[in-house]
Amino acid sequence: MSGTTDSYKTNFTETKDIVFKIFRYEPDVNPKPHFDTFTVPVVKGWTVLDAVMYIKENLDSTVSYRASCRMGICGSCAMEINGKPRLACQTQVISELRSKEVVIKPLANYPVLRDVVPDLTPLIEKHADVRPYILRKDKKVEVNPKGELYQTPDQLEEYLQFSYCIKCGACLAACPVTGADVKFIGPQALTQSYRYSVDTRDDGFKLRLEVMDHSHGVWHCHFAGACSEACPKGVDPAFAIQLFKREITARKFGKEVEPARLARQPADVKRRENIPYAPEKTVKQ
Amino acid sequence: MRDSMFWFWHLMAAIVILIVLSIHFGVMHLEGILQMFGIMSAGDVRSYAEVLVRAKTVAYLVIYLLLMWFALYHGFYGLRSIIVEMSDKMSKAGEIVVGWSIFLFGLGLAIYGSYVIIAGFVLANA
Repeated sequence: MSGTTDSYKTNFTETKDIVFKIFRYEPDVNPKPHFDTFTVPVVKGWTVLDAVMYIKENLDSTVSYRASCRMGICGSCAMEINGKPRLACQTQVISELRSKEVVIKPLANYPVLRDVVPDLTPLIEKHADVRPYILRKDKKVEVNPKGELYQTPDQLEEYLQFSYCIKCGACLAACPVTGADVKFIGPQALTQSYRYSVDTRDDGFKLRLEVMDHSHGVWHCHFAGACSEACPKGVDPAFAIQLFKREITARKFGKEVEPARLARQPADVKRRENIPYAPEKTVKQ
Repeated sequence: MRDSMFWFWHLMAAIVILIVLSIHFGVMHLEGILQMFGIMSAGDVRSYAEVLVRAKTVAYLVIYLLLMWFALYHGFYGLRSIIVEMSDKMSKAGEIVVGWSIFLFGLGLAIYGSYVIIAGFVLANA
């Protein structure tokens, strides 16, 4: 413990005491949730995750949280910070929150496993429901394509923004419809459904429509926009959902979309000798 | 009909309501402004004679039928959405029952409302 504390201290230039109120819930020990308060000497530049790690390492080792990459890529550390779902690793304590007190709770609209660790099963299940991968009518092309599928840079732009989702779950926590209706498919799954539906390589629009086009599907979005505000990656799920509504309606009224064709394998070319071959597949089909 | 079509007609209904309700509001509640610009002739729009003139007009018959049908659809679609959203433990069968109950209730109101509007038109022209 002292070594860790020292490593923090060596970086201290000027500290500011910030009070952290952390939601505590351990169903096996005490079924009643409560808040624990810790005073943390925060240095300029610290994120909320830094402060929570400081608490765990120096003040209370029983505090549970989920984190991994510490750089806004994995999405593990999403939690409710001062009333908003955010990534703890991307939230600056001093310059961003500008508050003497920081309240940390688990993401809303999810069951809580312990302290600020939510059970993300609803997110994962809904995500899986929309089949977030390239679907083709020809299963041979879907499973083992013999060439590349044509796609222009403009066609890539159609869905690129929506493919930056890191599945942190912040959008579902912010969504008021998800709060009222647990069956609502939710902004994350809807965005991914749109992302694959407008991918020219995909041919699974009709299959996905079965999951989207019902009373708890895409039409249930109130367009509150809270998901887009919460998204730490700028995916803008609310925008994707509105585009998806337009796309579904257009296809209902006869818009035809031809999925991308396989590019022909190049003929009359000779492989250069110095190009190494790809390693053998680890999974044999 | 899938929810996509319900939603599409919900939007279409909103557009129709916007147009016909604007006409209704203009004639019934903003007549002072319209009269000021010379768009409407001066007079009390709620007087018996003025009401009778409107009741005889085919254009008003169409406007009020459209307003009633589309407002009923728009409102009851919204009601169905609220009920389905607030009852997330409701089974699929329950949702179908709610949907059909609302549809039949709305249909009854539409038939009765149409009868009143058309009867008014016929009587005014008799």
